[in-house]
Amino acid sequence: MAEYAEANGLKRMGARPALSTYIKDAFSRRDFAFALSSFSNDAANARNRLGSWWMVILPTLQAATYGLIFGVILGSNRPDNFLPFLFTGVFLFAFFSGAFSSGATSITANSGLVKSLSFPRALLPVSAVIRQFLNLLPQLGVLLVLLLIIQRTITWSWLALIPIIVLMVIFASGLAMVAARMTVQVRDLTKVIPFITRVAFYVSGIFFSVEQTLVNYPYVWAIVKWNPIYDFIELARGAVVVGHTMTAELWIACTVWSLLSVVIGTVYFWKAEERYGRD
Amino acid sequence: MAATKKPAAKKPAAKKPVVIIDDVHIVYKVYASGKRATGAAARNGLFAKKTNLRSVHAVKGVSFTVYQGDTIGIIGSNGSGKSSLMRALAGLTPIDQGAIYSYARPTLLGVGAALLPNLSGEKNTMLGGMAMGFAKKDMEKSIDEVAKFAGLEEFIDLPMRTYSSGMAARLRFAIAAHRDHDILIIDEALAVGDLEFRKRSEARMREMRDSAGTVFLVSHSMKSIADTCNRVIWIEKGELKMDGKPEKVIAAYTKAIGQALDK
Repeated sequence: MAEYAEANGLKRMGARPALSTYIKDAFSRRDFAFALSSFSNDAANARNRLGSWWMVILPTLQAATYGLIFGVILGSNRPDNFLPFLFTGVFLFAFFSGAFSSGATSITANSGLVKSLSFPRALLPVSAVIRQFLNLLPQLGVLLVLLLIIQRTITWSWLALIPIIVLMVIFASGLAMVAARMTVQVRDLTKVIPFITRVAFYVSGIFFSVEQTLVNYPYVWAIVKWNPIYDFIELARGAVVVGHTMTAELWIACTVWSLLSVVIGTVYFWKAEERYGRD
Repeated sequence: MAATKKPAAKKPAAKKPVVIIDDVHIVYKVYASGKRATGAAARNGLFAKKTNLRSVHAVKGVSFTVYQGDTIGIIGSNGSGKSSLMRALAGLTPIDQGAIYSYARPTLLGVGAALLPNLSGEKNTMLGGMAMGFAKKDMEKSIDEVAKFAGLEEFIDLPMRTYSSGMAARLRFAIAAHRDHDILIIDEALAVGDLEFRKRSEARMREMRDSAGTVFLVSHSMKSIADTCNRVIWIEKGELKMDGKPEKVIAAYTKAIGQALDK
């Protein structure tokens, strides 16, 4: 039967496409991923009276709350130039945690699409990351305005945020694809995700300096400093926070993390492609 | 392998095949809670929940070959495996044994799914078309056409969750059918449409068939099947029961139902 099919130019269906075909197919439908993320953003805000303004209001409120709480609680233990340090950490961390949790539910939350249309499923977690990126833009606007007000200075190194964010999006896409497949196979994971995000928040040095805290524990520091979230946030601080520098080590770490994440994420997600439609 | 039909490959290959279904098996593995919802077993307390893996053999070795220009009607009772087979053909469900060959990736138009309920009909049209691989520009141009075909011009800017099931089904069909597909599978998607829409969509399906497209129509409406299809396949309990001219198969199917009711 296989020869008869081949003689008539028929291809085998249902089998998972080769990785290169899969990536090509997904790339040719990138319009879909972009449209899905901007439409979902609109839909999420459509029922609120302030609509898209929430994308600016919420991060501002968040920054004010964290500034107040951690500023008062930490007292004299605060890292230098505390508010810019904290705000950069909080806003960038929100991107990672959002990409992780919405990437994890991207297949299960869009079951209507998954069940009725066939398209490369990787577009769904990627679209969740694009959505977080679209959310990040107004937040970055707020952040840069705050930094300008507090530090009263603007430097060329702010431009380094552009490649940093590109790397962050690449890293988050891999992360989202891994989370998406794991959630489909083990639904219980959705219960653990808020916990994982919390832990990541506390160990990534959002409101304290990891280096200073671990000054007496060089071995722990040697491990902790490879935490990718920490690396990305430190690198971004190097770009915009006075008193921080972008080291070559951080650039290398972030580039390696991004590439590793997107390669592993794509292959891992693609390996289960035919299973996502099944419920 | 169903006993009623020889593998079509053994026929003289005068017509060009477009889809070959070769001894396809589909087995679902489902976690079932290992107790009944009522009775003593239900009162075992919080942690007594036992789950066991049940496998359901939905399609048991179906084979047939579809030739260019065919419009195939698929009939059979609920739960007979029709939709499973169609989903496998579209690549939405993996098959456990056998193989499916096709010259193009089929597009499936299924029931129930509201695509994205919180988005307007217009945005759902854009997304649906783009997911099927059409360019954004083409979809922007076709929105009015799709809305007109679905008869939803007035409502196209409302969220899809506000549509009735008939309206949603009409929009889904219009999205899928506004362009020619090499292979289109319609799975009971027309059942809730009104009479006028049914006539319009049947005309569209015949048009697609004439432009060398292949259409699979899963339906419980024997009239729809008889009006649009030139070949009918009857699937029962996961096996191919009959394959042939519409009049013959529909007559046999109707007779079998009549006998089952008399018993």
